[in-house]
Amino acid sequence: MSIWEYANPKKFMQTSGFLLPWVTGLSVLTLVVGLVWGFFLTPDADKFGSTVKIIYLHVPAAMMAISAWTMMLVTSLIWLVRRHHVSALAAKAAAPIGLMFTVIGLVTGAIWGQPMWGTWWAWDPRLTSFLILALFYLGYIALWEAVENPDTAADLTSVLAIVGSVFAFLSRYAVLFWNQGLHQGASLSLDAKENVSDVYWLPLLVCIAGFVLLFVTLVLIRTRTEIRSRRVQALIARERLA
Amino acid sequence: MIALMIRDMRLAVRAGGGFGLGLAFFLLVAVIVPLGVGPEPATLAKIAPGILWVGALLSCLLSLDRIFALDFEDGSMDLLATSPLPMEGAVAVKAMAHWLVTGLPLVSAAPVLGVLLNLPLPGYLWLVVSLALGTPALSVIGAFGAALTVGLKRGGLLMSLLVLPLYMPTLIFGAEVVKRGAAGLAVATPLAFLAAITAGSLALLPFAAAAAIRVNLR
Amino acid sequence: MSLLSAQDLAVARAGIAVLEGVQFALTAGQALVLRGPNGIGKTTLLRTVAGLQPPLQGNITAPPDTVAYAAHADGVKATLTVAENLAFWAQVFGTSGAEAAIDRMALRELADRRAANLSAGQKRRLGLARLLVTGRPVWVMDEPTVSLDAASVQLFGDVVRDHLAAGGAALIATHIDLGLDAAVLDLSPFKARPAAQGGIRSAFDEAFT
Repeated sequence: MSIWEYANPKKFMQTSGFLLPWVTGLSVLTLVVGLVWGFFLTPDADKFGSTVKIIYLHVPAAMMAISAWTMMLVTSLIWLVRRHHVSALAAKAAAPIGLMFTVIGLVTGAIWGQPMWGTWWAWDPRLTSFLILALFYLGYIALWEAVENPDTAADLTSVLAIVGSVFAFLSRYAVLFWNQGLHQGASLSLDAKENVSDVYWLPLLVCIAGFVLLFVTLVLIRTRTEIRSRRVQALIARERLA
Repeated sequence: MIALMIRDMRLAVRAGGGFGLGLAFFLLVAVIVPLGVGPEPATLAKIAPGILWVGALLSCLLSLDRIFALDFEDGSMDLLATSPLPMEGAVAVKAMAHWLVTGLPLVSAAPVLGVLLNLPLPGYLWLVVSLALGTPALSVIGAFGAALTVGLKRGGLLMSLLVLPLYMPTLIFGAEVVKRGAAGLAVATPLAFLAAITAGSLALLPFAAAAAIRVNLR
Repeated sequence: MSLLSAQDLAVARAGIAVLEGVQFALTAGQALVLRGPNGIGKTTLLRTVAGLQPPLQGNITAPPDTVAYAAHADGVKATLTVAENLAFWAQVFGTSGAEAAIDRMALRELADRRAANLSAGQKRRLGLARLLVTGRPVWVMDEPTVSLDAASVQLFGDVVRDHLAAGGAALIATHIDLGLDAAVLDLSPFKARPAAQGGIRSAFDEAFT
């Protein structure tokens, strides 16, 4: 039994239909636990006050914004190489979710930046990179919407995802070069010297897990919808031919 | 290949080919900006590198959809695809032809517009160098965007939405070269990055663009 | 020698099978005329044969660089003259037949005229002259006689006949009699069946059965 069997629409519908209630429940549970713990059961930080608690939305959203694009890149490659429809549709399904995570990251960042830096927006490298990432998401979604034939759209968006990834990566470094910024370094890393203290990062980990599960849930739901919609399109087109 | 390059340039230069439109647009940008921000020479000198690069980029964007759309509509693209020319080569040649009729005039006009915008003296050399090095990348990245949207009826707006984010690294390094050059600083680093982006785009993007064209012809 | 053949060919338009089980073979000197009602998939079949889109099933066998394709659209550039248009394609295909093609398609008087000033029929003749400069043996043509007058149809029929006599082959979708000694393939029996009746199933049919 190979993993590619799940790329068959039938198998995917069965498996995802079975998994969906469990993943949904689990993501709600982790998000509630993580956010309640983070917002209400952690002490205010001495430097930042209670504003710091926005990290429980900001950091996971920002991480997922990048992860969603990475997932789209991988599924696009799978579509181009192995022609599994589910893979292309999963990429399509993930794009608006990724865009929303990017927007959440940007908005929570602005809300946090106001009291911290005294400004809603600064052309800081990280902020700028995220804004550019949001534009890449927009272009990708717009291309899917504009092309009528779904297989053509899948091919074109896959090529765009690959080229876009390279250029998004380039932009990230171009922007770093262009302006060294205000933003603090990563709050979480494996060499734990500069990490935020345990009190904060345990609930943060739970929140990140919650966001990952939320992403999986939403992608499953949207991919199932896309598969159904493709089936409907095929039926309508066949009806017209007959 | 050479035949295709000559044909594309001939088509662009003859009536209705839109040759010179980009150049006129570039001029308009250089005129409109001082009208918007005020005639203060110091302010203009400060923003000149950025405005000139943004203007060149937008002028280039303006004519991108002509690279493939006309050939696609009248069936030439079908015929090219069944000809012995590899599609990758055809794409690269068409992007080069676009550069010769759009990018090159922009490069040569840029110093004159620099005068209008009060660009500091040391900046002129680097303005020309950075545009000469960067505009081929704009043409070939644009050709990729045009290839993605060539099958669409009104793809122009979508193409801009797709191409502009891809232009950002080129713009950042290109404008940085002029900014540093105008301020008398060392330009080697951004210039090297700009050259790397151009070389990489020229080498790899024709393959992606050709793939997109083939998909659109199906 | 077989110049072009199709085995159990199925073709799709916009992802939906339109024809299936198409078989034919062309050898030097043969022409095949495709018939069938509008929308049956003649253009799709010809584009597949020309290599512009992949077949859904089955395969097409042809030696490399044998097929020259003439679509509905001629690919004629309005701002170039007749001679320039042909010279370009001759250069692309690496042949030197542009002048001969101009004479053969009776375009000599128009050679220096811009294509924008040609009538629809003259433009069509120019489009067909392009087939001559490709130097390729198999001509795949989609409704080549549209907007041609009777004399031009006659001329074109002669050109195709000469091409066949010189060892070429032609696959033509047309409803007009070109006066060729050509086999006729009616595509109606090859119309793709619905998946439920044993036709080709798409991945999305499977998911819901």
